[in-house]
Amino acid sequence: MNIFESTVLTKAEVTRDSELAKTVIARGIIFDMTQTAEDAVLRPRNPGAFGQGLRAALAARVAHLAGDDTLAAHYLEDAGDYAALTDPDETGATPWLEVIIKFVDKNANHTRDVVAEDVAALQNEGISDADIVRLCELVAFLAYQARVIAGLRLMQETTT
Amino acid sequence: MNQVLHKFTRKVPHWQPRLTPVDLANASQEQLDALQVTPSNTKVSDYVLTLAHDVESLSVRSPLFNAIMYDPGGMSRAERELGALGASIVNRCVYCAAVHADRHAKLKNDTTVSDELFANGEKAELGSRDRAIFDFARKSAEAPHAAGAQEMAALRKAGLSNEEILDLILSAALFGWANRLMHVLGDPVRNGEKHE
Repeated sequence: MNIFESTVLTKAEVTRDSELAKTVIARGIIFDMTQTAEDAVLRPRNPGAFGQGLRAALAARVAHLAGDDTLAAHYLEDAGDYAALTDPDETGATPWLEVIIKFVDKNANHTRDVVAEDVAALQNEGISDADIVRLCELVAFLAYQARVIAGLRLMQETTT
Repeated sequence: MNQVLHKFTRKVPHWQPRLTPVDLANASQEQLDALQVTPSNTKVSDYVLTLAHDVESLSVRSPLFNAIMYDPGGMSRAERELGALGASIVNRCVYCAAVHADRHAKLKNDTTVSDELFANGEKAELGSRDRAIFDFARKSAEAPHAAGAQEMAALRKAGLSNEEILDLILSAALFGWANRLMHVLGDPVRNGEKHE
């Protein structure tokens, strides 16, 4: 793929003509794999209990709470019926969704405070172990992606 | 009896999953294929078997992890480990912190930096270059935009090149990912020892 069309580099506004082009090209394989990882967590072949719309909405919520509305807007495009979940005050319309939102918010923003009971709460709502791993991978990838984008923007702003 | 560790240590603990890992005997071909691309080629750990529940993510994350932490050029191996350690301390991933403190100490043949960080956290006494690297990783782990112009200026003043700074951004961010799996999906434990 063309890394300059990847989510990370487009949202960070790192272009082929920018000062950082040479630096990111040297790590091209990493940006290529980062985009593949986005595909794996947002649009997997086997989505388990979480369809593409819900995954996109959760990603938009995590991005929004991380302070990146540009990235949030990118994911919101695919959120469909779940778009309302991007609102931080929205806690989920069903007990199933509620426990998911609570877990996503805590893992994304208060990682250090996550305890065994938080995982048990998902299991108690009938969420399978495989789906719990899928949910963690989604949140965890977003944490990575948002930080790479923020770091690149900061580099761009401060490159002389 | 297994005791969950809550204090940072360089002695790498055992990782005990909170979920039931994939049973290797019943793993799909795609899972078996993914398990072969993990760094461990002698025994598949419970951690990797747990992640194999989401085989599509595992398949891409393992090579991405290796590229960020091991590909030649740019930032030194030890300094990438310091970036990983900074994030892991913020997220209190005791297991990740142990692994990467241990690697840092072995690469530097010196335990001073990780001793200081575990004893004094962000107030640790570090050299100016390590200080700048740790502070950037710590701030970035706290929130994506918490690392700002001040942290970036410190990196440049300490002499880091753009290539090194990008590697730091990547290694610290990667542990934003890893910590949210390892700290959340299991516990660091020591067999038959008291709480540390």
